[in-house]
Amino acid sequence: MSVPLLQVNDLKKHFPINKGLFGRQTEFVYAVDGVSFEIARGETLSLVGESGCGKSTVGRAILRLFEITSGQVILDGQRIDDAAPGTMRQMRRRVQVVFQDPFSSLNPRMRVRDILAEPIRNFGLAKSAEDLEVRVTSLMDTVRLPREALNRRPHEFSGGQRQRIGIARALAAEPELIVCDEAVSALDVSVKAQIVNLLQDLQREFGLALLFISHDLAIVEHMTHRVAVMYLGKIVELAPRREIFAAPRHPYTKALLSAVPLPEPGAQRNPIILKGDVPSPINPPKGCRFHTRCPFVFDRCRTEEPTLRATGPEQWVACHLEEAAPAVSG
Amino acid sequence: MALLEVENLQTHFRTPGGINRAVDGVSFHVNEGETLAIVGESGCGKSVTSMSLMRLIPEPPGRIAGSIRFAGRDLLKLSDREMRAIRGNDISMIFQEPMTSLNPVLTVGRQIRETLMIHQGLDKQAAEAHAVEMLTLVGIPEPKRRVGEYPHQLSGGMRQRVMIAVALACNPKLLIADEPTTALDVTIQAQILKLMLDLKRRVGAAIILITHDLGVVAEIAERVMVMYAGRKVEEAPVAELFRSPRHPYTQGLLGAVPKLGSSLAGTATRLAEIPGQVPDLRKPITGCVFAGRCALATDLCRQYAPGLEEKGPRHIAACHYAAKGAIAA
Ligand SMILES: Nc1ncnc2c1ncn2[C@@H]1O[C@H](COP(=O)(O)OP(=O)(O)OP(=O)(O)O)[C@@H](O)[C@H]1O
Ligand SMILES: Nc1ncnc2c1ncn2[C@@H]1O[C@H](COP(=O)(O)OP(=O)(O)OP(=O)(O)O)[C@@H](O)[C@H]1O
Ligand code: SF4
Ligand code: SF4
Ligand SMILES: [Mg+2]
Ligand SMILES: [Mg+2]
Repeated sequence: MSVPLLQVNDLKKHFPINKGLFGRQTEFVYAVDGVSFEIARGETLSLVGESGCGKSTVGRAILRLFEITSGQVILDGQRIDDAAPGTMRQMRRRVQVVFQDPFSSLNPRMRVRDILAEPIRNFGLAKSAEDLEVRVTSLMDTVRLPREALNRRPHEFSGGQRQRIGIARALAAEPELIVCDEAVSALDVSVKAQIVNLLQDLQREFGLALLFISHDLAIVEHMTHRVAVMYLGKIVELAPRREIFAAPRHPYTKALLSAVPLPEPGAQRNPIILKGDVPSPINPPKGCRFHTRCPFVFDRCRTEEPTLRATGPEQWVACHLEEAAPAVSG
Repeated sequence: MALLEVENLQTHFRTPGGINRAVDGVSFHVNEGETLAIVGESGCGKSVTSMSLMRLIPEPPGRIAGSIRFAGRDLLKLSDREMRAIRGNDISMIFQEPMTSLNPVLTVGRQIRETLMIHQGLDKQAAEAHAVEMLTLVGIPEPKRRVGEYPHQLSGGMRQRVMIAVALACNPKLLIADEPTTALDVTIQAQILKLMLDLKRRVGAAIILITHDLGVVAEIAERVMVMYAGRKVEEAPVAELFRSPRHPYTQGLLGAVPKLGSSLAGTATRLAEIPGQVPDLRKPITGCVFAGRCALATDLCRQYAPGLEEKGPRHIAACHYAAKGAIAA
């Protein structure tokens, strides 16, 4: 079997937080607490889950925007979580990101032209000045922004237009993997459709892989191959698209899917309302992390943590109700 | 009764390439206790419209003209001081990008507290307690600890919720929410929408909701205004708009919404796009603003701009060819 493009093994990121006035005693935010998955070339893996569950932290760890607490991030067979700066440079071209908050990720003093030219120059992708210009203008066409906008600065754009600049910048480096952190959430349905179609075209043509972090479950369902559902720093269910959307197994996945509002006024839904305390990643609950809100909680859930178990050929679920299945390591 | 009446709002920006007519003659109203949704393509002027209502457009390069009557007073005629008193108190806003409106060097608790101390006259202790309560309401766990954190220590959705807490803290009469739930998962989104509706019920607040999420529109809006290229092109009660959109842009927009479950049914198809690009707003547009992308466009459309006309019950649209009268569902 070929090596997956990206492998993440038991990734942990604990942010230290200061307690008390003098910041002496330190506590941790267990933002990501043992997450493993793989992404193949040409594959889209979506990361979904509650706000604050650690999705962006996973994305940022892969980009090595900070040092991880433990675990491994392996790109194309090579570890990048501890790679030397020289190796890292090449890796940086191969993995790009579209950030969740476009405004703070774009330099306000730079014109769009320079924002897009920077990665092309940095990674020596353009053969000549003309080639650079051709690349920059065609990126604008790709994300449906007018070419004349190249001379403008980020604050002159709308939120969605800025997001498209971020997408164009990511594409400029001709990456093999893009971490899309809420990359299309700020876009209207038509522009969103254009970008999603484009990403899918790039995927078919060049084998582009995507880690697609999103709260927009309809888009996820449309474009993803597999889905990892996170809850409080852990993956609770990992399965192909069809299984997740047609037959979700984990109680949290079920609740999440039932709450999607439908674009039909007056439509009847029966959302599963989660009651109980919303736990914090500073003091994650003992046992199953979802037990404070799970409608099916029973005694064992409060003390024993469920492990991810295979419940189907490619489906993994972490819940004691899936008991019968054999546990998988990792 | 109309709480807010906007007439012929024009917000233009001076740019090196000419005047950008970001909002070009938009009129609408919002009644007390009503939720109006504004939808439209990225860049069509939704945020600029809402920033104009708050008078937060930098002038220059921007310039606002027209009239914005709020509870009988024209906001464009108020002094900066009078406007400051209204902002955050009578009208508050949830901004599209949280990081641009939260102060990165102040803890989130302090930001909520200061709003409460300035506008509600609470003392520090009371404000602190209320800040914690607000964070609890927006579903942030361990609020007592979170008040001491800085915006960069929070997740994207938590920042958005802090901003929502700030906006709701003073029980505004008008809440302008610009993409309030894009960074939130659907369960927390439901919780936030409920908070907004509670505000409406409790103090009779009106809400202007700007969003690309037509599921959210269907869920909480009463009326919808559709914008395109700086103009209003259609407006109708929510059920009527979803049932029989009249403007070709609105029809394209509703047709492009991916529905949960739809791609599982058959083989995955491409998402529907509306082909073409919006016109350059720095050049004068003769004729219909949508003509360049409209499948129905004729010479008439390219020559004469259609006016907003009544097309159905409380339903107006700006299109020469939009069907009139009731349409069978
Ligand atoms: N400070 C500015 N200077 C020049 N042009 C501006 C400025 N702010 C906004 N614009 C322009 O005004 C137009 C409308 O922008 P606005 O932010 O209102 O769009 P929007 O409808 O909110 O879009 P989105 O859905 O992407 O947030 C855009 O074309 C934008 O480029
Ligand atoms: N730099 C930091 N310092 C301290 N804590 C942090 C930092 N960055 C993130 N966290 C914490 O880590 C947790 C996970 O945050 P993360 O941004 O990964 O969530 P998320 O799943 O992306 O949420 P959202 O959907 O709201 O964007 C949160 O509790 C957050 O407060
Ligand atoms: S292990 Fe128990 S608490 Fe956790 S999801 Fe399963 S049933 Fe619910
Ligand atoms: S007026 Fe003409 S171009 Fe404009 S939307 Fe109607 S049919 Fe299309
Ligand atoms: Mg995030
Ligand atoms: Mg906007």
